[in-house]
Amino acid sequence: MIELTGVSKRYPSGHLAVSGIDLRVERHEIVALIGPSGCGKSTILRLVAGLDQPTAGQAQVAGHRVEGPDRSAGIVFQQPRLMPWLTVGRNVAFGLDPVDGTPTATSEVIDRVGLGAFADALPRELSGGMAQRVAIARALVTKPPVLLLDEPFSALDAFTRIDLQTHLLEVWEWYQPTTLLVTHDIDEALVLADRVIVLGGTPGPIRADITVDLLRPRSRSDPEFHRLQDLAMGELGRSRQAYQPM
Amino acid sequence: MTDTITPLPESETPGEDPPSKEGRRRLRGAGVGLVVPVLALALWEVGALVGVVSTRLIPPPSQIGATLVDLAVDGDLWTHSLATTLRVLAGFVLGAVGGTILGAATGVSERFQSLFDPALQALRNIPSIAWTPLFILWFGIFETSKVLMIALGVFFPVYLTFSGAIATVDRGLVEVGRAYGFSSARLIRRILFPASLPTYVIGLRNGLGLGWMFVVAAEFLGASEGLGYLLVDGQQTGRPAIIISAIFMFALLGKVTDRLLTSVGVRFTYWQDGFTRRGATA
Repeated sequence: MIELTGVSKRYPSGHLAVSGIDLRVERHEIVALIGPSGCGKSTILRLVAGLDQPTAGQAQVAGHRVEGPDRSAGIVFQQPRLMPWLTVGRNVAFGLDPVDGTPTATSEVIDRVGLGAFADALPRELSGGMAQRVAIARALVTKPPVLLLDEPFSALDAFTRIDLQTHLLEVWEWYQPTTLLVTHDIDEALVLADRVIVLGGTPGPIRADITVDLLRPRSRSDPEFHRLQDLAMGELGRSRQAYQPM
Repeated sequence: MTDTITPLPESETPGEDPPSKEGRRRLRGAGVGLVVPVLALALWEVGALVGVVSTRLIPPPSQIGATLVDLAVDGDLWTHSLATTLRVLAGFVLGAVGGTILGAATGVSERFQSLFDPALQALRNIPSIAWTPLFILWFGIFETSKVLMIALGVFFPVYLTFSGAIATVDRGLVEVGRAYGFSSARLIRRILFPASLPTYVIGLRNGLGLGWMFVVAAEFLGASEGLGYLLVDGQQTGRPAIIISAIFMFALLGKVTDRLLTSVGVRFTYWQDGFTRRGATA
């Protein structure tokens, strides 16, 4: 569903953000990208979203080369980025075309993220976790085949984060969008993803591709979970050593 | 499309719930604010009565009140107030429209920004009243030159605040629009303009304030009616009560029009999550 072949991204400043990445994400798969800061994980997501263009190689979504943002991917950022002047309902419908065309789709997805009672609330009345749920609803309202999550829970407190991880999986069951998740939290990656991809430093190639063969909902106290934690931590540690340039 | 900004129904306008404790607290706040002016007026009146203050140069409040009543009964008060208010309104609309259009263009497009902004910034550094003689030469001493003077005064604050507000809209919000593949026009309409509205309203208020300032300058330079004319007339005929009455009318009209503007503005910016809304409404 998502396919990157030899993708590199160099910014006009000369800074190389992504270097020669090959990556495949199958339909209905959840793949997590982890790595130290500077490894280019967020840039990879932006390339898949079409918000940036690669300087070498190409990104494909659903068999089409990504040439710009389109409706095949919904994206959730680290901050909810809701329009403060619009109600929850109108924020969710923000990308719909025409705006008031499909109220049923809007109310359905708002119910799915559990905010049915807040459709008329303004963003300033929401907690951080609720606002991020609205952002998820907004990304999914058109049922895009691909869901992109850029450190979606890292600005939240630990309890809300765990709560939203569980919640995300429930919402994901709706139509099981192909999901690419960028995170720096190993536990989050292991709780959510079918595969965890560890990226090397400044920027580097893919260092490890760890398959998480555990049934959901996953228990953090499962011995296999611990084994994978250690494995991912080891890979991350090595890539972090490689990251130390001096 | 019915949204962009959802205006709040009149009854729900924030800060207008008199039966609440909040309402009573606000009333008391207004009462406290009256203490100093009332005390000053009383002292002034007593000072005039006792003879400490020269009533010939500084007429007591009672005499100013009487003058205001006289002017109102004559109809002069209304004629002059109306003439001035109409000038301010015409100039305000003209300047605000110009400031809005150029502010939007330079805020949205970097090309327009680099094309117009340096020239406009240079013009801004000329004290606008310095244009008056030229305007009178070009447009005569009647209404056109006056209205254009006021429009010039209104233009700059509206232009600067709107352009700056658009240029500093949170890039994260703009990116949401881009992620949906919004066209530039749609980005402007759905994100840049609504996000800039609160600052824009402040720019309009500043512009209106300057409009009231410039109308005085314009009316000083030859007018047969208007509150500025009343000021000059009071000076030339040695009647300070007339001058102070005109000043009072300026204060009153300035406050009322600012209030009107804010009450319209607040209905479109109620969504702001600010520290307090009093700064925007008071």
